[in-house]
Amino acid sequence: MNERKFKHIGTRPVRPDGVDKVTGRANYGADIDMPGMLHGVVLRSPYAHARIRSIDTSAAEKSPGVKAVLVGTDLPDLPRDLKGGPENHVTLADLSRNCLARETALYHGHAVAALAATSLEAAQEAVQKIVVDYEELEPVLEIDQAIAPDAPILHDHVRTAGMRGDLPDGPTNIASRIEFSRGNLEEGFADADVVVEREFSTPWAHQGYIEPHACAARVGEDGQAVLYGSSQGQFLMRDLCVGLLQLEPGKLKVVPAEIGGGFGGKTTVYNEPLVVALAKKSNRPVKMVMTREEVFRATGPTSASKMRFKMGAKRDGTITAASASIYMEAGAFPGSPAGAAAMCCFGPYTFPNFSIEAHDVLVNKLKSAAYRAPGAPMGALGTESLLDEIAREIGMDPIELRLRNAVQQGDTSTLGMPYDRIGFIETLEAAKSHPHYKAPLGPNQGRGVASGYWFNAGMQSSANISIHADGSAVVACGSPDIGGWRASMALIAAEELGIPYERVRPVVLDTDSVGYSDLTGGSRTTVVTGMAIIEAARQVIDELRARTAKMWDVELDAVGWQDGCAVGVNGAGDNEPMTLAEIAAGFSATGGPVNAEASVVPAATGPSFGTHICDLEVDKETGVSKVVRYTVVQDAGKAIHPSYVEGQMQGGASQGIGIALNEEYIYDEKGVLENPSFLDYRMPVASDLPMIDTVIVEVPNPAHPYGARGVGEIPIVPPLAAVANAMSDALGVRMTDLPLSPPRVLGALSEDV
Amino acid sequence: MARMHVETTINGESAEFLCQPGESLLDALRNELNLTGTKEGCNTGDCGACSVMLDGRLVPSCMVLAPEVEGRSVGTIEGVAQGDELHPLQQKFLEHAALQCGICTPGFIVAAKALLEKNPDPTEEEARYWLAGNLCRCTGYDKIIRAVLDTAAEMNGTNGAATNGAAG
Repeated sequence: MNERKFKHIGTRPVRPDGVDKVTGRANYGADIDMPGMLHGVVLRSPYAHARIRSIDTSAAEKSPGVKAVLVGTDLPDLPRDLKGGPENHVTLADLSRNCLARETALYHGHAVAALAATSLEAAQEAVQKIVVDYEELEPVLEIDQAIAPDAPILHDHVRTAGMRGDLPDGPTNIASRIEFSRGNLEEGFADADVVVEREFSTPWAHQGYIEPHACAARVGEDGQAVLYGSSQGQFLMRDLCVGLLQLEPGKLKVVPAEIGGGFGGKTTVYNEPLVVALAKKSNRPVKMVMTREEVFRATGPTSASKMRFKMGAKRDGTITAASASIYMEAGAFPGSPAGAAAMCCFGPYTFPNFSIEAHDVLVNKLKSAAYRAPGAPMGALGTESLLDEIAREIGMDPIELRLRNAVQQGDTSTLGMPYDRIGFIETLEAAKSHPHYKAPLGPNQGRGVASGYWFNAGMQSSANISIHADGSAVVACGSPDIGGWRASMALIAAEELGIPYERVRPVVLDTDSVGYSDLTGGSRTTVVTGMAIIEAARQVIDELRARTAKMWDVELDAVGWQDGCAVGVNGAGDNEPMTLAEIAAGFSATGGPVNAEASVVPAATGPSFGTHICDLEVDKETGVSKVVRYTVVQDAGKAIHPSYVEGQMQGGASQGIGIALNEEYIYDEKGVLENPSFLDYRMPVASDLPMIDTVIVEVPNPAHPYGARGVGEIPIVPPLAAVANAMSDALGVRMTDLPLSPPRVLGALSEDV
Repeated sequence: MARMHVETTINGESAEFLCQPGESLLDALRNELNLTGTKEGCNTGDCGACSVMLDGRLVPSCMVLAPEVEGRSVGTIEGVAQGDELHPLQQKFLEHAALQCGICTPGFIVAAKALLEKNPDPTEEEARYWLAGNLCRCTGYDKIIRAVLDTAAEMNGTNGAATNGAAG
């Protein structure tokens, strides 16, 4: 199946939506305007933890221009066990309280009221007139404080879910605990010649999309509501909003705008249910656009972590045992990526004995959200740092050590499932033979390597293909285009139909106009929605063959499909091949328009692996460090559009470098975020980075018709460890607390003296 | 508060609008003039998404008061292409896949155009420092820098492709 010679797949055409995006014509979330539109704003808690005794909105309601005011108790009071969203994973009562607090404000910046007025200025003035009577409570701000026996409790109803182990039964801030194990840990460590053990910590880090959250809504006289906005899934927005507002799904249409980055952070709702509720209440269109400060204070970054990893090895490089204990700050409601970190941290290796435990810990900080391979970069920091240390200890090349323990087809994953054909070893070999790996280092430079694993999501997707009378095609789906997806849509449809790329028009439609698709996230869209396009295209071809058979008066199996033409086979070879355009010209005589919709829900999509090499130069006087060379090697299975695959690799690596070196949420002792701006939350800028080399390895994925794998998330998994390993190499000191900021580097150097 | 009347030139054409005295040029462009190609990423002058030219100088439009542009000349992303003809930077951004989500792209193109007008043959380092005021979270800047250097090479008629691999 993977011997197929591709005509379009693997080429690099210009994206179909490109001209609109380089000329400023593309419409993003904040660009919508409607007649009579109001502007909505949110009032946020000045305390990290406070009981809300009462909210007096009377003065705000009388403020000039105000048309609607909303507080938490205006939203439906949902039962605690009501689930919603994709695969019913979301606790709607928690999500509702995160959108608008009810009993308690649980973090500084938590939304407590919202209003809509005729201008933004009028709304901003009025919202200050809302009087909230708070009873300030002691905030819980760190993992150690949250898990202490006498800790203030965030939610009285929370009991530790999952595998509780030795944890007590009773009110707790440990929302869940899970564990995975294999073999006999004690025997494994007893067999080891070398044992290393380290504690690690990573900070809260924001996705940092450049477009702040933006949405707008209007409600018609018939009760039909329309929500506009940028998100990672119009169906996801619809399902969460109808769940939170208890609407019938058919009463809300969600129209996707272009999305200005998400990285997981736009896979949940914040203002979306509020803007619908305000539009309903005011009977006017309402728009809500967050400020950058709101984005930092109230939209979910990835969780801070504290982790202890231990690993034992024989002198020949065989890892005999490994353990990990992971704690992550979920924020104000359950749901950190600790479980995913646990699932992924030993994913690339054949460790015979291991034990992993992961804890989801509630603290009075904003609720964490998905961020590109959630949890996996932190887990990889632990594993890959210890592998680096063992390699040094036993005098083995670090890539060689990984090769000795690397998973391949037939090995079992952490969850006990066998791996199908995967390309991890191929990434290690490509890294080992890359010129970068052999290049000499300059003064004060160090080199680190690290690998990573990510499982990739499956879920549901639909796609529709219709053929125009001129033989061109429209391919439609409900998966937002967040980074070039329309180019992949057109390539896949062109490949199947056998027509030029330019003859395919890819469109992303609203929730009333196309079949259901789950979110653009989990590295799933090109792979899974792509499968739906392939399936729809094959149905279209079958119908085009049937129409041709009718015109030729032959059986269906006498018509084949080749290079965009119906061709005679099985005795019908005398017929001149008919192009798609020729067949389409006769649609009205042969049975009407041709279109097809296909839906898929693949059982498996296959995991992804990557190996990165980082060269870091450190100024030992100032502690400032800079990545001077970086190479990303990744198994893409089959790259649909290699330029956008490279783009994912480069972008993921640079986000990981940001977390490794600079990015962190800095809180004061009262739980107030001190750096909610791009000036103080320091993401990499162009002058911080070198070119980022990419090597796309292509080991065909058996789970996909073209062999493609998800490519979006895996590139952020290795960089934290690759940078930390490079730092250790440069300094001769192991650093385990991220970010490796200049003060920390100077501290590590002075401790070493 | 009474709105102010401002007469200015935008993308070579005379324009007028009403605005609040404290309104930013960014808000005036987007809300009063419907020129929504200029994007807001931060409103604090840190991200470059709202980059425009003001009398030939690159500025973040969120840091300029709208009344300040009275009698002056503003250039926005909408004026970069000449009708259907893309500016070479726009074409190179497309060819190099130098955008993913695209929200930062208008700002980058305005800023890169300003760079090439001032320095037609920048080194990689010069391009990186000039564009350090423009944040992109999708690309890691690699393809953006290549697109800018390739544009310069093409406009200069030289064949110097962007450097690869190790910087320095």
